[in-house]
Amino acid sequence: MEGKNLFGEGSAVIYVTRRAEFSASHYYHNPSFTAEENRRVFGKCNNPHGHGHNYTLEVTVGGEIDPATGMVLNITELKRIIESEVLDLMDHKFLNKELLVFAERIPTTENIAVEIWRLLAPKLTFGKLHRVRLYETPDLYVDYFGE
Amino acid sequence: MTLYLTRRYRFSASHRLHSGALTEEENARIFGKCNSPYGHGHNYALEVTVAGPVDPATGMVFDLARLDSLVREQVLDTLDHTHLNLDVEAFQRTPPTTENLCVEIYRMLAEPWRRFAVGSSARLKKVRLEETSSNYFECEEP
Repeated sequence: MEGKNLFGEGSAVIYVTRRAEFSASHYYHNPSFTAEENRRVFGKCNNPHGHGHNYTLEVTVGGEIDPATGMVLNITELKRIIESEVLDLMDHKFLNKELLVFAERIPTTENIAVEIWRLLAPKLTFGKLHRVRLYETPDLYVDYFGE
Repeated sequence: MTLYLTRRYRFSASHRLHSGALTEEENARIFGKCNSPYGHGHNYALEVTVAGPVDPATGMVFDLARLDSLVREQVLDTLDHTHLNLDVEAFQRTPPTTENLCVEIYRMLAEPWRRFAVGSSARLKKVRLEETSSNYFECEEP
């Protein structure tokens, strides 16, 4: 049954999604804006003391089903990579002050999603990173597909 | 580089699924309990997705507060706490199925979006409407 799944079909791409949560604080501020512009553009997110969120991260990897295991990937391995590459770096941090990348780039949900892609993509030795979805709150999320 | 930003909103409305092009018997058979003449309600969840590059000055695809005000003024103020068949012009003749409602919400946003988003490269990408937690419909940009 090499090259085929249980239904006798070859090369079907399956997407596997793993969810993780982390908590961090941030604030939005562009040093090239005046104080008044920063307040107007970013509103209450401009408070320099920062504010926090419980972020929910969904990492989706696409690949073919391994006929020997019936799995696209070892989900435990994906969990370990998300923990070591993302959560260890971002969980319980003030993103603007503790992550070098956000000293110069505003840690919006958009920019955090792109950074998470950049951290994960080179570490995945299986499948292909398909999507990074990052929820800032249950009512707001950002998707990045790497292009 | 394209980012897809999705914001979730909620509104409550009642509707009755009934088509003037069908007989009473056909309406009852096709729409079942949704054809009950008094209508019935749902808590709808609406997701609006905009797509575009990240503005390097703000780090954002689009200003959330502006998106909120557009959706509130164009959609929520018109639909929330209404009887869709009786209170909304678009559903005077068309049954307010969630399919038709999803398309109508896309239309309600698409026209003002052209004026509203001047100066931004963000596009109105998708409207996703949940009628219940078990079913949803999606309408994408043509």
